Amino acid sequence: MKRCDRLVDVGRRQFLRGGAVATAGAAAATVVPTDAKAKPGTALLRYPANKLANVKDLKTNEPLDVGYPDADAPGVLLKLGKKVEGGVGPDGDIVGFSTVCPHKGFPLAYDGDRRTLNCPGHYSVFDCEAGGQQVWGQATQNLPQYILKVDDKGDIYAEGVDELLYGRLSNVL
Amino acid sequence: MAYKRNVDRLPIIPKDAKKHNVTCHYCIVGCGYHAYTWPIKKEGGPAPGQNAFGADLSKQQGPETEAWYAPSMYNVVKQNGQDVHLVIKPDKGCAVNAGLGSVRGARMAENRRSDITGTQQQRLDQPLVWRYGTWQPTSWDDALDLVARVTARVIDKDNEDDLFVSMFDHGGSAGGYENTWGTGKLYFQSMKVKNCRIHNRPAYNSEVHSSRDMGVDELNYAYSDYGLTDTIMIVGANPLETQTNLFLNHMVPGMRKGAKVIFVDPRRTVSINAAEIEAGKESVLHLAINSGTDLALFNAIFTHIVEKGWIDKDFIAKSTFQGDTAQPQNAQFPAPLGSLEMAKAECKMSVADAAKICGVAEADILKAASWIAEPKDGQRRKCVTAYEKGIIWGNDNYRTIGALVNIGLATGNIGREGGGVCRLGGHQEGYFRPSDAHVGRPAPYLDQLIIAGQGKVHHIWANDHYKTTLNASEFKRVYNKRTNMVKEAMDARAGATREELVDAIVGAIEAGGIFSVNVDIIHTQIGQCAHVILPAVESGEMNLTSMNGERRMRLVEKYMDGPGSSKPDCLIAAGMAQHLERVLREEGRNEYADQFKGYDWKAEEDAFMDGYNTAHPDVTYDRLRAMGNNGVQEPVVGFKDGKLVGTMRLYTDGNFTRHGREDKKALFCGGGWRGLQAPGKATQKANYKFLINNGRSNINWQNWFLDKDNDFVSDRYPYPFLEINPEDMAELGLKAGDLVEVYNDVGATQAMTYPTPTARRGETFMLFGAPTGTQGNVINAGVNELILPNYKQTWGNIRKISDAPSTVAHLSFKSKEYTTG
Repeated sequence: MKRCDRLVDVGRRQFLRGGAVATAGAAAATVVPTDAKAKPGTALLRYPANKLANVKDLKTNEPLDVGYPDADAPGVLLKLGKKVEGGVGPDGDIVGFSTVCPHKGFPLAYDGDRRTLNCPGHYSVFDCEAGGQQVWGQATQNLPQYILKVDDKGDIYAEGVDELLYGRLSNVL
Repeated sequence: MAYKRNVDRLPIIPKDAKKHNVTCHYCIVGCGYHAYTWPIKKEGGPAPGQNAFGADLSKQQGPETEAWYAPSMYNVVKQNGQDVHLVIKPDKGCAVNAGLGSVRGARMAENRRSDITGTQQQRLDQPLVWRYGTWQPTSWDDALDLVARVTARVIDKDNEDDLFVSMFDHGGSAGGYENTWGTGKLYFQSMKVKNCRIHNRPAYNSEVHSSRDMGVDELNYAYSDYGLTDTIMIVGANPLETQTNLFLNHMVPGMRKGAKVIFVDPRRTVSINAAEIEAGKESVLHLAINSGTDLALFNAIFTHIVEKGWIDKDFIAKSTFQGDTAQPQNAQFPAPLGSLEMAKAECKMSVADAAKICGVAEADILKAASWIAEPKDGQRRKCVTAYEKGIIWGNDNYRTIGALVNIGLATGNIGREGGGVCRLGGHQEGYFRPSDAHVGRPAPYLDQLIIAGQGKVHHIWANDHYKTTLNASEFKRVYNKRTNMVKEAMDARAGATREELVDAIVGAIEAGGIFSVNVDIIHTQIGQCAHVILPAVESGEMNLTSMNGERRMRLVEKYMDGPGSSKPDCLIAAGMAQHLERVLREEGRNEYADQFKGYDWKAEEDAFMDGYNTAHPDVTYDRLRAMGNNGVQEPVVGFKDGKLVGTMRLYTDGNFTRHGREDKKALFCGGGWRGLQAPGKATQKANYKFLINNGRSNINWQNWFLDKDNDFVSDRYPYPFLEINPEDMAELGLKAGDLVEVYNDVGATQAMTYPTPTARRGETFMLFGAPTGTQGNVINAGVNELILPNYKQTWGNIRKISDAPSTVAHLSFKSKEYTTG
């Protein structure tokens, strides 16, 4: 319970602070200016490869607060203790999700018993063991999940997100 | 893995994008949205001066921001023949939803047909005629000529009983005042078709006869009443899932202000869970009654309230009938109607007896009565009562709804702030048609007549009996056979002239076949039987007016083209009328042909002016457009200072009019408890182990016809779920996701097991209306009086037919209930 409250608070703080800092990817992400000469662009959005934690930092079923692709996008890393699709690490059980509800942007809280992320705004429930599938709720997308990679040292990197994050029309600002 | 779109960014709405008023056309609540469109090769930018929001989009936006939209709110569509970007996002300024979007409405954009993004390719885009053993595309003139020629052979002046019609009567979706008028004028004015039915029931009748007979229109309050009340009573309804933003934006604020909440439902729903969170468990009472015993409960509450004197004596004296019986019971009135005293005698039910019948504690019934009616601080208690299909499609419809309205009348809770006894509703409403009095009461039971071999030509307007009717196993068996007879006759005359083809069709009809004309936006399941298929458009592809559950009327502005040559239903009806007129004249039936004049409509607005406007001359498209997404609450009583003037709630003057009585007095309903009333129900209950309760879900609701082609939705539930207690599962050898067959004396269907610890032993809940498992297959033909279907009281057995298929391996089977962690 305490854990959940803290997670909620983190989310709130980050929202209140807003996102003053644009990341390196912003220029590539935003609109092409109306120059006479067009600049070559890329088809895919370029995500930063950010180190979020080391596998040693994670304890089973204890969420670790992170931010990705930048500090203004709160998220969580979870070691679920059982291999799941999309899971990485030696046990294939490490996953990462945005913790901003894709319905109306409320901060999600982790229910460790059910292993779901739950939204206090409008009662949506997302299953961390099923790729963030919305078990029930009003969001029109499943929970954005991080594309994760673990290197030889056990460092966990996020390299992308599989859904649009709430509150930004480009995942990389 | 759960379905993910992998959309990393979306085009930004430019400052100069076109902005259209949109009322979500899916459910009764009718949330306000705006549709933005702009040219395909343009977009806005992140700087405040570059986008429609004036916001700095290079920054993370906060919760409930207006400056964000989900990928589901975006698409590329055609507008005046050009590709344009489309964003449809919730309107914060709309009083109904205050910027909230549900999991259904917030996918409106994604659920539009797009040849660019590939969405909704199932939408019909041109007329199809059965030819050469399949459906062949053709022109409107060719298709309508065939419809008119075959139809003209089975109808005659003053004898149209061989033409059967299934037609929607709702607003929203592809309904609305324009389209109910177009079809209504054709079938009830040009013709007097009596063998007809409505989209969700097998006859052309009211769902709430008793409320209307008592003088009380079923949509009599304002949504704001939920925020002004002491007690919210929800009966046979699950508003968090099926009236989502009414729950979130109006009921929850009422709960947070201290309203107590009573739920009457055999099943624990997510609505109950959410109410417990918002109001506190001590302020929520769930009366989990035995299925079909609502009437006993309401009569006991009514009896107790009257005995305690917790009634509004002045209101009763002034606004309700005095005397004994105003309307005796007969075949048209399944219970006597009259005074409070009469009802008190007829409905008498002790709390102890009700507790036994309903299977709930006496103390809980007493608590409910107290929460509803016991004066609070010396003042009359306010209670708003909302009900829906749990009792409408439940046991003893007439008396049960009447008993609920009795409580509202006795406590003076109709026409008052914080009151109302109302339907929650399904679709929006948008009914404007000539009189249906010729249909009769009880109305013909159309589906059974078809099964019995009656009807020669069948016109179907956005009905899919195959997915949503009762006795569906038998209906499909017979309908397949009868329509196949016509298909075979048509196939045998390939290459024949039109005249020869019509002769062949009529020959098959006379031999027991039925000619099926299907007007819809998609190729439905019953549409598989059609001989002619006519493509219609939806709201937004046409201008469309309708009203929501608090009678709030809005105009949806057309913001995109319909697919191909599809048309508004009103114009399709007009085309049918014009072709019928032409064919009848050719045949020398001039007098009859004259009845089909008066359809010279160029656009849907013409149909609106020809119909709705003639009775409500203040209401025009221009004026509705100016009223925006807040519209006006019907009835409209004037036009003042550039605005339409509406009516916030009905009956505030204490005069009740829905029954048409000159004295304007409301009537009480004297309907005593009499057990399971519809034929075959009690036997089924005795012979089968499981209650197969049924209904809708949050994501499988009024837009399911589109969502069967929506990846996000079909990923969650590829098959209809069957909520079942884990101990029952263990006894049946079932695991989560296993496919089961549900079977009984009338049919069988299949579903996917969803373990549900809150489900009571022996009581399951199956998703209704699924394309991959029709629950109606196991609902018997037994109806309540006045041909009100009884879907809810269904019993069957369950057997495993398959391990969980690979298509459900990725699904979550966790509890749908939110927890605070």
